[in-house]
Amino acid sequence: MRSLITIIIGLILIALTFSCQSDEQIEFNRYYSAGTAIYQAHCENCHGEKGEGLQSLIPPLTDSTYLKNNRTLLTCYLKNGIKGSLTVHGRGFEGEMPASDLSPIEIAKVLTYVTNSFGNKMGLINLQEVQNSIEKCK
Amino acid sequence: MKNLIGALIIIVLYSSCKSKDQAKLPILGEREPVTKTIDGKTVTDTVYSTIPDFKFVNQYADTITGKSLNGKIYVADFFFTTCPSICPIMHRNMLNVYKEFKNDDNFRIISHSIDPKYDTVPVLKKYADKLGISGNTWWLLNGTKDQTYQIAKNYLVSVQEKNPQGEYIHDGYFILVDKQKHLRGTYDGTDPEQVTKLIADIKILKAEPVMTVAK
Ligand code: HEC
Repeated sequence: MRSLITIIIGLILIALTFSCQSDEQIEFNRYYSAGTAIYQAHCENCHGEKGEGLQSLIPPLTDSTYLKNNRTLLTCYLKNGIKGSLTVHGRGFEGEMPASDLSPIEIAKVLTYVTNSFGNKMGLINLQEVQNSIEKCK
Repeated sequence: MKNLIGALIIIVLYSSCKSKDQAKLPILGEREPVTKTIDGKTVTDTVYSTIPDFKFVNQYADTITGKSLNGKIYVADFFFTTCPSICPIMHRNMLNVYKEFKNDDNFRIISHSIDPKYDTVPVLKKYADKLGISGNTWWLLNGTKDQTYQIAKNYLVSVQEKNPQGEYIHDGYFILVDKQKHLRGTYDGTDPEQVTKLIADIKILKAEPVMTVAK
């Protein structure tokens, strides 16, 4: 009898962790697929279908280390645009990216897409994180 | 019976004509019949419109006129260096055309800036460097607004003044011009498939027998 209860409790625990995980997975998938459409509409013309950029005019979005090190700044880039020089894949760029008119939730979705595509794997960037980042933007 | 043979011959001739036409590009633009008298006989010829002469400056500060393109096949488009919308796509696609023909001295690409005030010669040079183009295959051209908008009309491209939001509107077309300065095709420069077709069409044009070259 005791062992039966243990088994049932064990099963419940397993079920809970699995459903938890898939909730997260579901949220990620929602962000990611909405982000794909936002990327195509707002970023792809400049950064390219595969995030390859354009020669020395527009940087690629394939430098995972750069993206990881600038995780908070990415939100600010999209919100306020970029002007100045930056180094991606060891190459210098000094162009200008116009500010986007994306809402915080759209920024979260498109960043989830970018940072988990083109060879990047940074996981979910959700609305809460974007809102926190916005407060830190100058 | 005689009639039948005659009809057959006409059909055969016509169909052979047609199959040749398929590997040929049409001549676009206005055309008008011109009747001349040669050796006492009246001959009707079709005259196609050509691109009139022009004068612009390229990224090396060299003057570029219609003469600079004599005997050359070329592709023209309109852009500006700070364009946030379709220009990056157009020039990403145009780079494929550049790479295909950059060693051919009888081929050119000319990109007219529609924002000549900002896109001065040094700005165009910097853009060319960042785009990774060198040599004389691809010229980025600066001219007055009037000149640029006038030549755009000749290329059938609609280029407009800045709209109230302060943005420029322009068509992303690539225009193919032959050695006689006739328009031979227009392609959506934002569509990689059409640009592939442009490259194929340039090869067809290159294979065309040389006629009298426009001076
Ligand atoms: C008008 C062209 C343009 C558009 C549209 C555009 N970018 Fe950019 N982006 C740039 C340029 C140019 C830079 C580099 C700026 C510099 O050199 O200072 C850049 C830099 C970046 C960077 C940092 C450098 C890197 O390569 O990692 C990120 C991240 C980025 N863009 C993401 C996006 C996202 C996401 C979108 C769509 C919401 C977008 N961009 C839309 C032109 C553009």
